[in-house]
Amino acid sequence: MEEEFTYPEPAGLSDCQIGEKMVINMGPSHPATHGVLRLKLEIDGDLILRADPMVGQLHRGQEKLAENMTYNQFIPFTDRLDYLAPMSNNIAFAQCVEKLAGIEITSRCKAIRVICCELSRIASHLVGIAAYAMDAGSTTGFMYCFTMREKILTLFEELTGARMTASYARIGGVARDIPEGWMGRVNSFANWFLPKLDEVDNLITRNRIFVDRAAGVGVVSKEAALQWGLTGANLRGSGVVSDLRKDVPYLGYEDYDFEVVVGSKGDCYDRWMVRIEEMRQSIRIVRQAIEKMPDGPIKVPNSKISLPEKKGVQSDMEDLINNFLVVTQGPDIPAGEAYFEADNPKGALGFYVMSKGGGVPYRVKIRAPSFVSLSAMQQILPGHHISDIPVILGSFDFVLGECDR
Amino acid sequence: MLEKLISEFQDALSARPSRDGIEAFNCKKSALVKVALRLRDAYGFEALEDIAAIDNGEDAGQERFGAVYHFYSHSKKCYARIYASCQSADEPSLPSLCSVYKGADWHEREAYDMMGIKFEGHPSLRRILMWESYPWHPLRKDFPLAGRQAPLPPLFEGQMDAAEIIPAPEEGGPFHSPNSGVSAVAQKEPRSAEAQDMEKLDNV
Repeated sequence: MEEEFTYPEPAGLSDCQIGEKMVINMGPSHPATHGVLRLKLEIDGDLILRADPMVGQLHRGQEKLAENMTYNQFIPFTDRLDYLAPMSNNIAFAQCVEKLAGIEITSRCKAIRVICCELSRIASHLVGIAAYAMDAGSTTGFMYCFTMREKILTLFEELTGARMTASYARIGGVARDIPEGWMGRVNSFANWFLPKLDEVDNLITRNRIFVDRAAGVGVVSKEAALQWGLTGANLRGSGVVSDLRKDVPYLGYEDYDFEVVVGSKGDCYDRWMVRIEEMRQSIRIVRQAIEKMPDGPIKVPNSKISLPEKKGVQSDMEDLINNFLVVTQGPDIPAGEAYFEADNPKGALGFYVMSKGGGVPYRVKIRAPSFVSLSAMQQILPGHHISDIPVILGSFDFVLGECDR
Repeated sequence: MLEKLISEFQDALSARPSRDGIEAFNCKKSALVKVALRLRDAYGFEALEDIAAIDNGEDAGQERFGAVYHFYSHSKKCYARIYASCQSADEPSLPSLCSVYKGADWHEREAYDMMGIKFEGHPSLRRILMWESYPWHPLRKDFPLAGRQAPLPPLFEGQMDAAEIIPAPEEGGPFHSPNSGVSAVAQKEPRSAEAQDMEKLDNV
């Protein structure tokens, strides 16, 4: 906690040269910054003295937009937060609104959401480690990971109709039931995936070049990780045993048997190991969810919250009215406020929803894990060389769509 | 669990209604830093998760602006929520928590950028999502959804006013406005009413 640290000050372009030091920009258009991140670096030769990440180039004002539409209309916007794991975002937002309304979703819906969340986690971690491996020099690893991810996207397409922008969750349920034979295909994917993951593991994890670049680099101590509010795999990489799925269980995660993966030193190598192992744990969860997938409805029977059955809409006046109201006015959510965090692939994605009643939120605040991870770069980057930046950024696995909102 | 906290800060803290099982408090802004310190050191809330700036609308008077803080304890596995009101509609400000949680840095910059709340004692309070010369605070309730005209930031010295940001052509948009009907949309987006009038004229 007592590490030496000063906040970066705004430096104009005019003071480019301060004695021997130089101020340079890395990004916003740079392959190692994973999107449109601009790093303002004060360097002495190759050594970083101060780093100031400049974010906001993908800012779309999602929180403002949310105040002007119904809860269900906002779900497609959550796809565009962390676009590598859209399902997790949909589900986190739906969970938050359900928490506010005090709705308990059905057990089948919970199991479907768990499968979606964990498959999303695998897909997101695959892209994370793929980009990370490529930044560290392994293009082969990149290709392997994207091949595996494509299989997951195919499964998503079958389930939701879209590869990436799934918009699958609804307040009080999910959009549609799982198609015939889908769980069998998920199961065969799980069987196919584990040996393939071992291949990537064997290819890169013990690779001398990779270890030299990642081990001992970008060390984040436990205290610093907590102070900066890091969450998810980045926090666990620093050795803090904290997993919201275990600690504040949601979606019935307490019924699944899995391990919390924790690093020891908090360097880039630990974060790599945590992600690789987390994918294996996710497969464990997916298999358990398939095994005990309960029958029953996929949405709550409360037709003021979720759309009534089509059959009822065509024959029952009451259902027809409610169907119309949920679509046009939005689900009826009581006044109040709720905060919910889900353990997403990038960290804890939090939604704060304030409602004054009715179908439209009064205020939505998105707590983006990538935003928090990037804020810690001010402390993590100084002291490293410029050539370490791609590895450090890769190891934190952030997405700018989520950071800038 | 946190009832003890209220008794420690009897003048400054009061319970806040909560629907989601998170213990919530209203806190006077003068005591905010002290309360956060106690939360961190004595109650084990190691992490500041989020700061959500709130605009309660122009009707709320001096209570218009405020911020909701969420803390998380990794050891006790629970959240705490604190709401602090800025007590001013014209120059809203709150004390900065950067000295307690380093992670407060960007959250406070975002609250400043989006809502215009000044954080006293913040080491480097700048805009974060919008550019530095941007004149508005877009999450305020009186800021229209379509946006307002604003000049683009200069790329280099001497290169100015080459372009400007113009409001989005919403015409009411695909967005749904609650409790309202057309008139509220027209109030928020005056140009949408104009556009509708034009349509009517065309039809005649």
